[in-house]
Amino acid sequence: MARREHQRIVTWLPPLSPSFVLLGLFVVGPILWCFYAAFTNTAMSGVAARNPRFVGLENFANIVSGTDVGASLWLTVLFVLGSAVVGQNGLGMLLAVFMQRRGRLLRGVVSSIVVAAWVLPEVVAAFAVYAFLNSQGTLNEVLSALGLGQQNWLYTAPMFAIILANVWRGTAFSMLVYQAALSEVPGDLTEAAEVDGAGPVSRFWHVVLPTIRRTVVTNLMLITLQTIGLFGLIYVLTAGGPDNKTRTLPLLMYEQAFKFGQIGYGTAIALVLLVLGAAFSMVYIRSLRAEV
Amino acid sequence: MRLKAITTGLAVIALALTATACGSSTANANTIKIVYRVYSDFPQMDDFMKSVKKEFEAANPGVTAQLDPITALDDYVTKVQLMQRSPSTAPDVLFEDSFYVNADAAAGYLLPLDDRLKSWPDWNQQFIDATKQAGMAADGKTYAVPMSTDTRGLWFNKTVFTRAGLPTDWQPKTWDDVLAAARRIKETQPDVEPMFMPLGKPQAEAMSMQTFEMLLYGTDTKDLYSTADKKWVAPSKGMEDALGFVSTAVREHLTQTPAQAEDTQWSQTQMTTLMSQNKIGFMMDGGWYARYWSPGGVSPWPEWSKVLGATAFPTQHGQAPGKVTLSGGWTLAIGANTGNPDAAFKFVTTALNRANSATIDVALSWLPARKDVQTDPRLVEKDPTTPFWASLLPITRYRPTMAEYPQVSNAIQVAGDAVLNGDDPHQAARKWAEDVTKAVGADKTKAG
Repeated sequence: MARREHQRIVTWLPPLSPSFVLLGLFVVGPILWCFYAAFTNTAMSGVAARNPRFVGLENFANIVSGTDVGASLWLTVLFVLGSAVVGQNGLGMLLAVFMQRRGRLLRGVVSSIVVAAWVLPEVVAAFAVYAFLNSQGTLNEVLSALGLGQQNWLYTAPMFAIILANVWRGTAFSMLVYQAALSEVPGDLTEAAEVDGAGPVSRFWHVVLPTIRRTVVTNLMLITLQTIGLFGLIYVLTAGGPDNKTRTLPLLMYEQAFKFGQIGYGTAIALVLLVLGAAFSMVYIRSLRAEV
Repeated sequence: MRLKAITTGLAVIALALTATACGSSTANANTIKIVYRVYSDFPQMDDFMKSVKKEFEAANPGVTAQLDPITALDDYVTKVQLMQRSPSTAPDVLFEDSFYVNADAAAGYLLPLDDRLKSWPDWNQQFIDATKQAGMAADGKTYAVPMSTDTRGLWFNKTVFTRAGLPTDWQPKTWDDVLAAARRIKETQPDVEPMFMPLGKPQAEAMSMQTFEMLLYGTDTKDLYSTADKKWVAPSKGMEDALGFVSTAVREHLTQTPAQAEDTQWSQTQMTTLMSQNKIGFMMDGGWYARYWSPGGVSPWPEWSKVLGATAFPTQHGQAPGKVTLSGGWTLAIGANTGNPDAAFKFVTTALNRANSATIDVALSWLPARKDVQTDPRLVEKDPTTPFWASLLPITRYRPTMAEYPQVSNAIQVAGDAVLNGDDPHQAARKWAEDVTKAVGADKTKAG
């Protein structure tokens, strides 16, 4: 038995070892270092760069006593709920449902338009949204052509602007996932429900949704984790401003660690981000378990 | 069995590749790495370094100067400090803001140069004593050789001033004079933005230094940091007044709109272009703008020297000496872990000899750090305002270089952002004092 176990290890370990090494070096290593640095006063320059000191829970005490991290945490939750859970997820589902059993041409056109935003590199997408929303942007040109008032959207409604940007950019992913899932829903199930007199809405709610529930949760998990750490899009559009109204946790972390050189404090904020991601994941995993 | 051998073989190869990819590059003592900043508004630096490289390599056969330009604006410092954290990526010679010399020396990133400088005649005879201070850290050792210095004040558009009935040899005596001129421009030319000062989160340190510290250093509080007591001055009446000045300007629409100020993509080019279209009355900033307007700059404007005047920024109520200015400057420093300090030092002395110093100071409209360059006729030829900016040097002040400064500066930016967006200056000043106290500790602050 022991020999067989040993043989098994020999067969799976060698091919997997490069990935273990790479994961260890570039994922586990940095996370462990992050844990360590969060309890020190490590800095970019000055004495604390040469001789970082162990400061215990001081960084976390500062997080709790200050208002910055709390405010950023709230903005991050708002951003994730608005742009990922409701925006990308809802819109992606809506598009997938409406495109079911439509003509090939329509599906092709809508898909390419939606996927185009997904294909664009993050920074390019961010500049496109900037060109759309800034004070001389496309949106204002259209509004003024219609005789409506103009405003600088990135200034007057910054949170709305970054949520809109992320919904526009990320919806394609959810749409593709749901298109695949919907095509797997057995046709006889919905037909049976239709024969029983269920309307389209209740067919969707009582038959289709329960069938693809696992896909929904997986999709939510993926886009939530992607959105929690989103940096480039927000940085290009608002840089966290105006007046820190869009400074989500990744922007705050960048600011503290790299602008003010307080790497220790920045990594402590990174841990808060990690906890937030874990909290969202727990909710999703539980929701799966609850119904099975 | 065969399959196992193959997979094992592949695994070993993959491992070996991973391992070599992670290994550090071999340090070669005959190659020195030169790190400097380039940016679209700053193309002259790249040309300069290329020509110094050629000169250096011709004089030192066998040694290669490997140029490593970093394209960045505000985050140049961040990128360089990250490189310096590891000896395998640390530069041998780096273009360093004099402002960071103290912190980088304390971090052990820089090589002390005193012994080498002692035997460089130019250092003893030509470098101006005041600018030598820029390369000296708190431990009294010199870690960097200055390339330049600069001063700050007001640029004003004489066309706009004439139309407003204001004097074209404008010399405001108090903050109220400045505001009065702005109001007058507003009344006579509604489509002109009367004044421009660095404001808004995207302006970062420029907002702290060019706007709020210029104001603060002209009040009775005078200081951000008291060297005598070794304490930060917070709460500060001067800071409250500075916030009040900006608040007034924003509320009366005398300056750029908050939306413009918060625009992340607002660029220096847009601003210099507006200046050349007579759309800005005056601006509070540094004396280096000729590099944008002169031929080869990012927004060439041949008539600039006829249209623009430069004048000193006044103290709050005209307190002595009547005007206020702040200085910064750039240096070349040598990395502490360089494999070839002699070559690195030779590169620095080549780059900052008389001819090369003059070239870069003229190209970037900097004030020279060397006496023999100060008199170079090309400086005035390119930028007739040079003597004016140089005349401010005797009263100039520097920012505190303490490690806590970035956080204090951030607190200024937060307060500035708050009044820009309509907050009460009194409240913003109180919040500022709280933030500073939290950052540096209550025992290191005093009221002023």
